[in-house]
Amino acid sequence: MKFLKILTILLLIQFKAYALIEVDITRGNLSPLPVAVSPLSSDKKSITEFEKILNVKDLGSEISIIVENNLRQSGLFNPLEKDAFLQKPDIAHFKPRFEDWKLIKAQALITGKVEIIDEKLRVEFRLWDVLAAKEMLAIAFTTVPTNWRRVGHIITDKVYERLTGEKGYFDTRLIYVSEEGPKTKRIKKLAIMDQDGFNLKYLTLGNELVLTPRFNPTNQMVTYLSYFRNLPRVYLLDIETGMQEVVGDFAGMTFAPRFSPDGKKIIMSFAKDGNSDIYTMDLENRVVERITNHPSIDTSPSYSPDGKYICFNSDRSGYQQIYVMKSDGSSVKRISFGNGIYGTPVWSPRGDLIAFTKLHKGKFYIGVMRTDGKGERLLTENFYQEAPSWSPNGRVLVFYRETKTDDKGEGFSAKLWSIDLTGYNERQVPTKTDASDPSWSSLLSN
Amino acid sequence: MNRNIIISTGFHFVIIMITTLSLPFLLKTPIDLPPIISVELIQISDKTSIPFAPKAKKIIEKIKKEKAERVVSEQAPPKKIKKEKPDAVPLPNEKIEKVKKIKEKKQNPEKIETEIKQVSEFEKKELFDPNNIAALIDKSKENFTETNKTTNKVTQSQDRNIEHSGLSLNEEDALKAQIFGCWSIPLGLPYNENLLVRIKLQLKPDGTVVKFEILDHARMNSPGQGFYKVLAESALRAIRLCQPLRVPTTGYERWKDLQLNFDAREMLEG
Repeated sequence: MKFLKILTILLLIQFKAYALIEVDITRGNLSPLPVAVSPLSSDKKSITEFEKILNVKDLGSEISIIVENNLRQSGLFNPLEKDAFLQKPDIAHFKPRFEDWKLIKAQALITGKVEIIDEKLRVEFRLWDVLAAKEMLAIAFTTVPTNWRRVGHIITDKVYERLTGEKGYFDTRLIYVSEEGPKTKRIKKLAIMDQDGFNLKYLTLGNELVLTPRFNPTNQMVTYLSYFRNLPRVYLLDIETGMQEVVGDFAGMTFAPRFSPDGKKIIMSFAKDGNSDIYTMDLENRVVERITNHPSIDTSPSYSPDGKYICFNSDRSGYQQIYVMKSDGSSVKRISFGNGIYGTPVWSPRGDLIAFTKLHKGKFYIGVMRTDGKGERLLTENFYQEAPSWSPNGRVLVFYRETKTDDKGEGFSAKLWSIDLTGYNERQVPTKTDASDPSWSSLLSN
Repeated sequence: MNRNIIISTGFHFVIIMITTLSLPFLLKTPIDLPPIISVELIQISDKTSIPFAPKAKKIIEKIKKEKAERVVSEQAPPKKIKKEKPDAVPLPNEKIEKVKKIKEKKQNPEKIETEIKQVSEFEKKELFDPNNIAALIDKSKENFTETNKTTNKVTQSQDRNIEHSGLSLNEEDALKAQIFGCWSIPLGLPYNENLLVRIKLQLKPDGTVVKFEILDHARMNSPGQGFYKVLAESALRAIRLCQPLRVPTTGYERWKDLQLNFDAREMLEG
């Protein structure tokens, strides 16, 4: 009885508790993340070696500048001024005083060490989370000293991947058509350089007109179009060895060759009797297969990264529009329905978007749309620009833009530009000469 | 002469008549004007500062005196907590849905695009968000739904014992606005993956974080969850950068444990 009484009293007592308050954070800022890139430290012996071998005085600083520039170019990071750094590079690499780095508003810190051991360049670097006061990444590697610029790019790729969640695109190259001379007598050469404009090399002499170079996504092979006796030919060029071969002589005109994602095929358009269709060629047995068979002009084919679909350009609806089909040529579906003319579709390496050039009311736009044609976004607008090519991580597009050189509209200059998917981070890619038709390689190191 | 006197008398009579008829207030009762009340404009604080009426004061003091004589142990918890109870009044489902729709509209990604301007890190804390003006206006209706959203998760029997006193809309928005400024979203994350980072915080009264716990911590080191890890780390950086958090000055018991749900999909979709 007594127990029941106690139980009743307990039941009547109101225990007070608070529901856990939940707050949804659905927005943040898109301002670049402040990062401190400390110069890589070196011992005295290594400094002497750097000067002797590479003719570079302070290699640690030079590498840190490459990292800084790359991070700044991405638009996602804000490398802080080195003058504000309070800690010496060698001590910072050993044990950073996080309070000092917090003071200058750094959220991430990159430190490192570079030295010469047995005539090899040994580099180690660490990425620190300043606010959490902990190490996020630590990597060391060795390479030949002449690869020192690539070291900077590789460090950037690793840092970028760790902080953004996606692969970087800095240890890559761009191939493009270098142009010199007046418009009527233009000398066009095939050129290759690092994505930041350094280590430029010319691959052809400029005797013949070259067009549309494209990287093989799996190796350092390039395909391009060159005119021989006024007839276009598709060539294959191995960048490492310099070996060049003709893919095949075709009776008609060939355009816009591009590799399949596995690098085993070339897809291109081929004009015969006034009709242009899409064909593939197996690079092992040189068997040519017709993919489209339509009286309209079908051009600019590009594979999806899984190789199952192809996007291309066709005027079968009366105007040039973008279409998607299965890789065997079936299930053709138009995906672009906006105002204007669409061209040069390129499937993103991530597979989610298709980049294109659009001509509307006399202006050229570079834009992206989803693979079903929805969500069209125009990233940049100009007097004349075209030929977008994706960075290997599918975040940035490189394209070329022609601008008038004087107020009368006479003369023109063609330069390479890059823009990221936000549409805000637009930058000119430095080239020594005028440049067109860029193509972005895949990552040189994985 | 007589004629002049008659004219003058008649004239005076007419004037007297006109004057009498044209002054109606003489016929009406005076307007009953209410007595003038002086009004003092005061700022409303959480605790009322209105003095008790003399009579009521006497009664309260009398009761207090009696209580003091009787009760030896501690006094009852402060009454102000009970005053916040009306927040928990349940609303019909229709209303909840309506308010949810309004909330979605507020987070329109198109509006966000205008914000994608590169702002210096040093200006970050002073970031003014024009899209948040609406949110700063106290809408009691929305406030009810917010509270209801959390209460819907508990059973009816539990419901009786739970003090429904979430953050007010102003309080929540102040906190959100602070964290928005501190959270650098990793833009490389895929927008089509379900990445939600839930972090439970234990706070000091001044808003300093005593302890935090990632509720799905196991995902941090699971293979193939690299994106989750990146997002979780960015969320933790935001909390560390923001602290002390902008928490209400009162009602510590309500918010000493707080859960922040970081979801970047809307921003990443652009």
